[in-house]
Amino acid sequence: MVESMGRHVLSVRDLAVEFGGDRGTLRALDGVSLDLHAGRVLGVVGESGCGKSVTARAILGILDRAGKVTGGQVLLDPGTSSQQDLVALDPNSQTMRGVRGGRIGLIFQEPMTALSVHYTVGNQIVEAIRAHRELSKADARNRAIELLGEVGIPRPESRVDAYPFQLSGGLRQRVGIAMALAADPQILIADEPTTALDVTTQAQVLALLRRLQRDKGIALMLITHDMGVIAQMADDVAVMYLGRIAEFSPVRDLFARPRHPYTRALLRSVPSIRAEPRDRLATIGGTVPHPGARPSGCAFHPRCPEVIAGRCDQSAPRPVPPLEAGAACFLNEGAA
Amino acid sequence: MLIYLARRLVLAAITCIAISILTFIIIRLPPGDFVDAYIANLASNGSVVSADQAQAMRREYGLDQPVIIQYGMWMSRVVVGDFGVSMMWRRPVTEVIGDRLWLTMAVSFSALFLTWTIALPIGIYSAVRQYSLGDYAATLLGFIGLAIPNFLLALILMYLGFRYLGLSVGGLFSPEFSQAPWSMAKAWDLAKHVPLPACVLALAGTAHQIRIMRANLLDELRRPYVVTARAKGISELHTVLKYPVRAALNPFASSIAYLFPYLVSGSIIVSLVLGLPTVGPLLLQALVAQDMFLAGTIVLLLGIMTVIGTLVSDLLLMWIEPRIRLQGRA
Ligand SMILES: Nc1ncnc2c1ncn2[C@@H]1O[C@H](COP(=O)(O)OP(=O)(O)OP(=O)(O)O)[C@@H](O)[C@H]1O
Ligand SMILES: [Mg+2]
Repeated sequence: MVESMGRHVLSVRDLAVEFGGDRGTLRALDGVSLDLHAGRVLGVVGESGCGKSVTARAILGILDRAGKVTGGQVLLDPGTSSQQDLVALDPNSQTMRGVRGGRIGLIFQEPMTALSVHYTVGNQIVEAIRAHRELSKADARNRAIELLGEVGIPRPESRVDAYPFQLSGGLRQRVGIAMALAADPQILIADEPTTALDVTTQAQVLALLRRLQRDKGIALMLITHDMGVIAQMADDVAVMYLGRIAEFSPVRDLFARPRHPYTRALLRSVPSIRAEPRDRLATIGGTVPHPGARPSGCAFHPRCPEVIAGRCDQSAPRPVPPLEAGAACFLNEGAA
Repeated sequence: MLIYLARRLVLAAITCIAISILTFIIIRLPPGDFVDAYIANLASNGSVVSADQAQAMRREYGLDQPVIIQYGMWMSRVVVGDFGVSMMWRRPVTEVIGDRLWLTMAVSFSALFLTWTIALPIGIYSAVRQYSLGDYAATLLGFIGLAIPNFLLALILMYLGFRYLGLSVGGLFSPEFSQAPWSMAKAWDLAKHVPLPACVLALAGTAHQIRIMRANLLDELRRPYVVTARAKGISELHTVLKYPVRAALNPFASSIAYLFPYLVSGSIIVSLVLGLPTVGPLLLQALVAQDMFLAGTIVLLLGIMTVIGTLVSDLLLMWIEPRIRLQGRA
């Protein structure tokens, strides 16, 4: 990459996840590699069902019981003496629990359902603090109030005793962010943090996330299916398709010179500022195949406008090499 | 919150009055009255009651008046604590019921307590380890529990207890205590007799509640707030107990209200088999004999219990669900 990078904090290599079900196993992730760097934002885009949330959960070791990591590594602090493969840890072990929330925070999509309506926001934040810090209840509560103030919640000292249903969607999402920051993690994973919010609130929450991320030098993995959010927030972008990385590149390249036909299709489906208001959104032809019925060869070939007959349906293109910009596509391989 | 409680209290009072009216009407529904039933009973033994005697009895109990008047007369005495005289036993109703009400409550609450202490943990285990061997075992046992008639289980347990443990089975007291005044020894004797009927009564309920807990919790475990809690790095046990289990308890709190009458009516057959001095069999006898005052009092008391149960469950719900507490609605 051209730009200088922050410390390499997380490295996902060839991660594979399968879900066991009544109708056989389903491969949700099929060799995903990603890298997070301190102070940088990695945007992860892709259509619904491509495995974005599964990636986030697999990293944290909180997949549903039906889900299993069947291969690959999740390396925390790669290349240092304290490097740790999270996949090799027992998900319920003390170490893994220390990583969850302590090293890697998670921010959720649904600010209503992601907080329990049975406890005050203070209670839920204090719990997150005390899971990782030896603080008295009173100190933890003060820290919670501080956090609420930091994420821009007015009158935090009274809001700390509010229940989530007493707050607006935007405030709830800020609570979610405060909770993820409770133990000062250096890595944040935000799974569609603004999808459920209205446009104005969405912009405010994104601005907040950006500010916190810059101030604290956090490595942020931002999951979204909104190319607009990517353009505004990301430094690097990973485009996912059916459990694989289709393309990885710095954000400017992605918009200027998309390498993968799928990326081009995604970009065409974004309304452009210059587009006539009446223009219909371009949509990608066909529907996402179910991961249980992955097409042979390149999984995108049945929908690909640039498909090479006899090649794309026969063999799969090489995955994008980690830490390099590129696309998993034969068109790209030919050029290289 | 206070307004919410006050509203529930007023509703409770109205419910009690409605229950008492209904009770009276239902008891008078079958053709004939207590005297008819009494005469028929005597006739089957070969005795005869003259028309004059019958008339005198009717006047004595006020049976010659219209139902409304009878109800009014009875109610006016009930509010000052006089429940009338049982026609069947020819003694004051309060005396006939006597300790039976408290004994019924002792047995019912023991059964309830047993049901929950067994059902909730097993239900939680079944949900958290869905489709595990333990879950299948709990499901199987649950269905067996649902399928076995209570009285059969009572008989089996009585036999086993008597044959192998030498227990004095049946009843709630050993013979030497049954008529004795209350004492520590008698209370201890009662404590020794309660478990068997409590187990029998708890059986079907337990099986049922395991299924409810399992289904509720499975539902809750899928919710995003559980993932949030896990992502904080707190232990799995703590996560499950603090968040989804609390949410899954809601239906149990609501069910407290009608559990008590359910246990009492469900206990009639078991009480007969085990010879328990509870109100269940007494109510049955009173209804057969059309002993209005006795039956009316028992049903009224059960109704009041239900109303109290409703209040208790409301308070519990307010504790479990902050939304109800703060907004007065679910
Ligand atoms: N608990 C589960 N059991 C079985 N399959 C699952 C489970 N969770 C996810 N999957 C499968 O994994 C695939 C990826 O799901 P995932 O939730 O990661 O998609 P996503 O990219 O986050 O989509 P969205 O944009 O809708 O959030 C889906 O096809 C889904 O069928
Ligand atoms: Mg998702």
